[in-house]
Amino acid sequence: MSDRPKIAVQGVGKSYDGTVVLEGVSLDVEAGSFCTVVGASGCGKSTFLRMLLSQEKPDRGAILRDGEPIPSEPTEDRGIVFQRYSVFPHLSVEDNLILADEFANAPRLGRVFGAKRRKLRGTVDKTLEAIGLVGARKSYPAQLSGGMQQRLAIAQALLKKPDVLLMDEPFGALDPGTRVDMHALLLDLWRERGMTVFMVTHDIHEAFKLGTRVLVFDKRRHDPHAPQRYGATITYDLPLDRRKIASAPDARDLITQPTDTRPGDQDA
Amino acid sequence: MRLINRKPGKPSATALAALPFAGIVIAYAVASHFRRLENPADKLLPSIEQMAATFWRMAFVPDRRSGDLLLWGDTLDSLLRLAAGMGAATLFAVIVGVLVGFLPYVRSTLSPFIASISLIPPITILPILFIMVGLGEASKILLIALGTAPVMTRSVAQAVMDLPKELIIKAQTLGASTWQMMTRVVLPQVLPNLITAMRLGLVPAWIFLISAEAIASTSGLGYRIFLVRRFLAMDVILPYVLWITLLAYLIDRLLLTLSRRAFPWNHMQGESL
Repeated sequence: MSDRPKIAVQGVGKSYDGTVVLEGVSLDVEAGSFCTVVGASGCGKSTFLRMLLSQEKPDRGAILRDGEPIPSEPTEDRGIVFQRYSVFPHLSVEDNLILADEFANAPRLGRVFGAKRRKLRGTVDKTLEAIGLVGARKSYPAQLSGGMQQRLAIAQALLKKPDVLLMDEPFGALDPGTRVDMHALLLDLWRERGMTVFMVTHDIHEAFKLGTRVLVFDKRRHDPHAPQRYGATITYDLPLDRRKIASAPDARDLITQPTDTRPGDQDA
Repeated sequence: MRLINRKPGKPSATALAALPFAGIVIAYAVASHFRRLENPADKLLPSIEQMAATFWRMAFVPDRRSGDLLLWGDTLDSLLRLAAGMGAATLFAVIVGVLVGFLPYVRSTLSPFIASISLIPPITILPILFIMVGLGEASKILLIALGTAPVMTRSVAQAVMDLPKELIIKAQTLGASTWQMMTRVVLPQVLPNLITAMRLGLVPAWIFLISAEAIASTSGLGYRIFLVRRFLAMDVILPYVLWITLLAYLIDRLLLTLSRRAFPWNHMQGESL
């Protein structure tokens, strides 16, 4: 590994129709980091993630990956898991998992047929086992529980072996028990693959439990007469020694309104 | 218990559904009975038996003049026109709708145009069609196609735009090209909407079909009822109207069944009409 950061964010700013969402965001992230992103609703966490994915472009500043500007549209090297709508509802579980290979193998139709298709479906056995969906391989996503859908979404996001995995409140809609299982699955995958992970979450415990680095987004300045005037930035950047997780509860104070936010809230 | 929480069971739901139909049949039978008491040869409200007899004659007794079974000939001609018109409209709607909904450049180019075109009352272009392509089959098929395609196209395009952005982004991170996203992500997901658009498009399509046949045709269901109108032949018109309604109903159910069979993932939550 070189000493160059995996992801370098340099003075990035973003505003929508005169409302400044983010300003002066700068950050260097080492390869293999697990960055969790927390902050109040509407503070630009999701916008930050979308910019890392090239779903949106920063108005100012630059984002570099391995020293090069990131491509201007979403690409295979950055995987994404959303809170909802992450998997394709019209495809069965196994077809969701072979889709990426179909794209690669059939440039014209994006679909392979017959023996080739059966062979591809055979290749997903290991993945299905890892995410516990062997029995559900023929099911459609609508027939799966929320936890099963998100396991499928994570497995699908990793199909192209991205070295950066982006997650936007991936477990926000899950019940606490399922969430704990998902944490274990995610940490295993992260260790196994050595990916760099960015995960936006509303759950501060989750942030400290999973992250090697917690990024807190908040507004540094606030004009009560013109709240749209200033954007948020990274106010706290906490590298975590994973053995000191016990200090997590104190970090609650770092966030302006953590109790305000519930799973299911949509960020602006 | 509140009224909104009281639901009929299966047998009573069936009985309730039959109620309005039974009501209108009884009301007709009574009205017809009293009119024929005054004038046994009444043409306006013929008896149900007389209508059944006429319908039987149209369906199974060869016409004295041409030797054809009129009902089946009319039905076949009309359905062929309907199928050709709707087929063309559907093909147009799915191709242009997906392009308009998915590609911003095509949307900017065509969306205002299609929106304007869809506001032209289709019947007003019928004379133009008659002048340009003649009184044959082409003008009737074109009327149906032109009358239904713009609205169907817009509804397909809207369905494409309503697809969660997340899915399109996800497909890109899986390496899909624009074309692959159209064939594997967008098109399959809007096919159920296309069927819905067809079901809605069939309503005006029938109107255009019957109108075109009424104005210039020598066969078809619309031709027949407007022909016998001159003789006040309600015993032909009423069964034909029922027959057309039945056909429309069957086509609608057929499309719904097709959608359920072909796209089970789309019918997994909620009731649908």
